[in-house]
Amino acid sequence: MSALAHVAGDPDVTPAPPAPEATKRGWTAYLLLLPGALWLGVFFVLPLVQLAAVSLQSRYPGFPGYYYRDVNFQNYAAALTDYAPHFARSFLYAGLATFLAFVVAYPLAYAMAFKAGKWRNLMMICVIAPFFTSFILRTFAWSQILADEGWVAGTLNFLNVLPGGNIINTPLAVVAGLTYNFLPFMVLPIYASLERADPRVIEAGGDLYANGFTTFRTVTLPMSMPGVLAGTLLTFIPAAGDFVNMELLGPQRGKMVGNVINDQFLAIPGGYPVAAALSFTLMAAILVMVFLYVRRFGTEELV
Amino acid sequence: MTSTTTTPYRPSTAKRAQIWLANHFAMLSAILVLLYLFLPVAYTFAFSFNDHGKTNIVWQGFTWEHWQDPCGVPGVCGSLVTSLQVGAISTLVATVLGTLMALAMVRYRFRGKQASNVLIFVPMATPEIVMGAALLTIFVQGFSNIGLSLGFTTIVFAHIMFCLSFVVVTVKARIQSLDPRIEEAAQDLYASPMQTFWKVTFPLILPGIAGAAMLAFSLSFDDFIITNFVSGNESTFPKFVYVASRRGIPAEANVIGFSMFVIAVLLVVGAQGVSSLRANRLKD
Repeated sequence: MSALAHVAGDPDVTPAPPAPEATKRGWTAYLLLLPGALWLGVFFVLPLVQLAAVSLQSRYPGFPGYYYRDVNFQNYAAALTDYAPHFARSFLYAGLATFLAFVVAYPLAYAMAFKAGKWRNLMMICVIAPFFTSFILRTFAWSQILADEGWVAGTLNFLNVLPGGNIINTPLAVVAGLTYNFLPFMVLPIYASLERADPRVIEAGGDLYANGFTTFRTVTLPMSMPGVLAGTLLTFIPAAGDFVNMELLGPQRGKMVGNVINDQFLAIPGGYPVAAALSFTLMAAILVMVFLYVRRFGTEELV
Repeated sequence: MTSTTTTPYRPSTAKRAQIWLANHFAMLSAILVLLYLFLPVAYTFAFSFNDHGKTNIVWQGFTWEHWQDPCGVPGVCGSLVTSLQVGAISTLVATVLGTLMALAMVRYRFRGKQASNVLIFVPMATPEIVMGAALLTIFVQGFSNIGLSLGFTTIVFAHIMFCLSFVVVTVKARIQSLDPRIEEAAQDLYASPMQTFWKVTFPLILPGIAGAAMLAFSLSFDDFIITNFVSGNESTFPKFVYVASRRGIPAEANVIGFSMFVIAVLLVVGAQGVSSLRANRLKD
């Protein structure tokens, strides 16, 4: 995922001529690593251990909202049976959004890498800059754009292509919001890997009488696979756990798993254990998917 | 490429349009995608001038009012200051810790390297809601016993954590792209390891560190999900907007959101201008 370096706008990252060998040994490595590893240990690993403990707690009979320390997998059973549709929706919407983001991001990344010339840096800034408007303000703006009286719904209704007659408060709006919000995380890694590709290789495809599409499918796309891989992960993972797009754009019923976790933790008293079990199930499902996906498509070391 | 002796090939207008379109297809679609990215920003800008009543959803008339006093709504500027402070502190700490880790990961061989790789990667593959939930349980059920209650400090601790991995990955890529022969040359010229690092390695990886810091700041500044779990009564700018969205976001928030966008663009364009100026001066 060194393609990620470009998320930060460092255009100079190119593979080194001979790979620098990690030859140094000794205690210095541990000294350098220690503060950061300690931080991740205390504020990432330890909280997850605590969350795991919470997910196994049992209900106090007769005291709603109170729990005691236990090893009880009931919460997981509840999480999987009661909220299976929420998981399904999360993965479906995130999957659709990831695919759409890929379709939208690729031409932009391609143009930035091969066609933009001196405009390249400016385009890069344009991709990152919307972050600073706050994604919640922008998602709220989408709720205005997609509103029933807005021009998007108006046009689609005029053309008679909108089955229900509205976009806002439907799953369609949620997928649109997810696609929009995580688009930069798809663009930048694809751009990074395309930029490293040699344009002459693509020209060679044309010289060998491949048409545009064949060249793209057999030459360009495979060369950008590391970026596509990183981009799909960076889009799918946050999209699957998101609840803001559903909250601001989606329907009242048929929420995603992120909404359930958020409500259980912050709005429902004593909701911690089931929410913890849901969180762990979500994390495990995503890690398994990431693992299988990287095994299937992975072309380089991921970190 | 074309020889002058043959009569020049004149394709029909339709054919020429087709060729032009084929040549510029990527760039045209890229511009469309950029417009799509900016569309909600434009809406945010437009509705910062809306003379709205309770909710700022429907256009009701033009006013400069919100631009004249962006802090006029209680809490909006306070939350912005909190966001900037959180962003500054977590960026600083995450960048320092992450750069040290990146150096260890690229330049050293040691036992536990694979485990460290996993420790750095897994936070990036964990949805924010899971990290937020985990942090909330430990802050409420564990660290509150040692006097740490939800608020500014817990937000900063959490932000440092989720920025750290992104810093490591970014700086690592930069270090890996360095030619090791440059450092070897410094050593051949009798530079001590410390001198080699500060005079040669550090300046070379500085652009990567700067990029990582920028990334960390933008991740921290725009974070809502984790912040919402660990902030208690403290409010950051995204949290302010989210809470306000239930009643109606005041146009003052649009003013601030759009201004931050403009400031960020100007700063980055300015920084790139300065660095390209410097590069030109070096060439002379």
